[in-house]
Amino acid sequence: MSARTVSQLKKGEKGIIKSFKDRLMSLKLLEMGCVPGCTVRLDGSAPFGDPVCVNIGGQYCLSLRISEAATIEIE
Amino acid sequence: MKDNRLKVALVGNPNAGKSTLFNSLTGLRQKTGNFPGVTVEKKSGTFLLKGPNNQGLTVTAVDLPGTYSIYPKSADEAVVMDILANPQHPDYPDVVVVVVDGSNLLRNLLLFSEIHDLGLPTVMALNMLDVASDRNITVNAVQLAMHFQVPVVNINARTGTGVTQLKEAISGVIHSPKYQLKSYFYNPADSFPALISEVKAEYGLTNDYMAMQYVCQHDNFTFVERALQVKLDGLIEKHDFDEQDFLATETIDRYERLKPIVDKAVKVTGETEQPYWTRQLDRLLLHPIGGYLSFAAVLILVFQAIFAWASYPMDLIDEATATTIGWVKDMLPPGILNDLITDGVLAGVGGVIIFIPQIAILFALVAILEESGYMARVMVIMDRLMRKFGLNGRSVVPLISGVACAVPAIMTTRSINSRYERLLTILVTPLMSCSARLPIYAILIALVVPAQKVLGIFNLQGLVLFGLYLLGLVGALASAWVISLFVPRKEPGYFMLEMPSYKLPRWGHVGMTMYESVRSFVFEAGKIIVAISIILWLLASYGPGDRMDKAEQAVVASMSVDATQEDVDAAVASARLENSYAGSFGHFIEPAIRPLGYDWKIGIALLASFAAREVFVGTMATIYSITGDSEDVLTVKERLQQELNPETGQPMYTTAVGTSLLMFYVFAMMCMSTIAVVYRETNGWKWPLIQLLYMTALAYVSAFIAYQVLS
Repeated sequence: MSARTVSQLKKGEKGIIKSFKDRLMSLKLLEMGCVPGCTVRLDGSAPFGDPVCVNIGGQYCLSLRISEAATIEIE
Repeated sequence: MKDNRLKVALVGNPNAGKSTLFNSLTGLRQKTGNFPGVTVEKKSGTFLLKGPNNQGLTVTAVDLPGTYSIYPKSADEAVVMDILANPQHPDYPDVVVVVVDGSNLLRNLLLFSEIHDLGLPTVMALNMLDVASDRNITVNAVQLAMHFQVPVVNINARTGTGVTQLKEAISGVIHSPKYQLKSYFYNPADSFPALISEVKAEYGLTNDYMAMQYVCQHDNFTFVERALQVKLDGLIEKHDFDEQDFLATETIDRYERLKPIVDKAVKVTGETEQPYWTRQLDRLLLHPIGGYLSFAAVLILVFQAIFAWASYPMDLIDEATATTIGWVKDMLPPGILNDLITDGVLAGVGGVIIFIPQIAILFALVAILEESGYMARVMVIMDRLMRKFGLNGRSVVPLISGVACAVPAIMTTRSINSRYERLLTILVTPLMSCSARLPIYAILIALVVPAQKVLGIFNLQGLVLFGLYLLGLVGALASAWVISLFVPRKEPGYFMLEMPSYKLPRWGHVGMTMYESVRSFVFEAGKIIVAISIILWLLASYGPGDRMDKAEQAVVASMSVDATQEDVDAAVASARLENSYAGSFGHFIEPAIRPLGYDWKIGIALLASFAAREVFVGTMATIYSITGDSEDVLTVKERLQQELNPETGQPMYTTAVGTSLLMFYVFAMMCMSTIAVVYRETNGWKWPLIQLLYMTALAYVSAFIAYQVLS
């Protein structure tokens, strides 16, 4: 079974970033503070569920497309 | 070239309060321009420092674009390193002030640690500590100062607290002996010693981390010659360097080293949630129904402001222009100079300043929406829809701004970090009905749409006007979709947007944005519009050989004896125009526009408005030789209603011709300023030409269909 990703989180659910599936995307996500080991929580989503708003490490809220969220693997 | 004045650069993450600090530092002593060689907006200003002997020292502060790291992701961000890596750059700073958001310390320190390693004299301005303390976070500035060996100053950019201390810290750094980096926070030479030392030797660099920037970013460095850039590519190959791999490792390593520092400097005393109001507002503004309803309400308010509220000052300006022109006409002796000044220059200037109220209001509203944090929410709720057409949620801002003027709207596309989505947005933004189209819509609608009520409440003319705006939007989205089918996407688009907490707008900043947008419109677009008015006047006043004089004599001879002087003058003006250069051109293109239902007179108006569509009404007034106040739309309208088609004897402006003209003006790219700005923003003629072609084709085909179906 492949690892869960941020895109599969339910509202209010937390996860810990494990790794990234897409290298180019990971560079951008890393700079935005999405580092392996960091806690993420799905805070909500735009109408129709995409993009989503993710709380990064209790620090700030980042809005991501579902396709972008799907590149972040969590545990 | 670098001059001797002292310079300070402000660097920081977006939303860290960098621009607010810039305003606190410089107050009204600031100006907006472009960074040399690129079109990224540059804000610079001056402030006073105390020198070593207590004398005043003027320092220039430059506000660099907000960025999350020194590795750029957008056109805006590329400017930061292009300046910081080039000691010869006119904006190269003596001191870098890194503005750090204390409520989000870890992520903000990433950029700080990168700037620090470049070896530039650095001061940390620790901002947003009030927001941090609301979220139960306290930050120990001394810990940070000790660790990085740089001055750290607590500031509150919004209230101005700590700005004096920040100036002292800057002054201290300027007057201390030559700055030397004590130790790298992260040194790439640890992993790539051979590559770094070779680059350092080859390019005369002393800093290891700067050498690494040459390796990773040389394509963005405008100051490195092409041959030297290619040489770097060779070095990368020789040392088998994997850039993406390095970037990921570097960022992760930096965070790992920053983590213990942050843990030591930050004390958390409770839940670190987003502020209560932000969470509550987001529940409404991102709600599937409430979100769209509130966005619609905001849009209605914006439209109401641009079209209803702005009409009062616009009427005043219109009257004042007409009065001034009449006054100057009477004051100066009649002749060519008089005509040139009144009909050429003053009419052109009037055509520029009439748009000031709309532009001022629109940009004030957009600034308020951005400042408050609401714009980020709009981008989020619109992203999914925009993506279907190949655009990005961030495209919403240019598209909305396009309703006032495409020129500043296209400049706002710089914040779209995906190059492809930015290009698409640039290509379709001019299809949004800008304020210059409004007078054209107004007169043509008045001409062909009856003033009656629909369903008892809606004014039919108003509905048609709304429909034209909608048509522009639909045209923009559909064009984006069609273009995306033809132009392959090289990289996947991405969204990734920080959601700032809601804040009250800073009114001073809103006022400054408003002032700046008006100023740049008046001086940049204004120059072109005035120039075109003058050229048009010349083309309409002069003709090949003595054709105009001969035509005049023929008209005068043919007039009946009891014709009034006014009628004669009108007929003469009309005959002269037909035989002027502009008239000849109108006749020349007549065969091409006949299928759209237009004659040579409309052809002249089309020619004139190809450069700037706002001259359409004025040209129509000139062409139809209106006596009296030519600026008054009613008289132009009445004259157009009376105009007969020489072939049929029926009114020229039928529903078919009017609709055809409306379709043409909705879609046609008739604005030199827009073409110029697209050229600048896309660095070449390819895209502005494609844009001109596809929009003209779209305009021609829709006007053709409208005319053929309706006539």
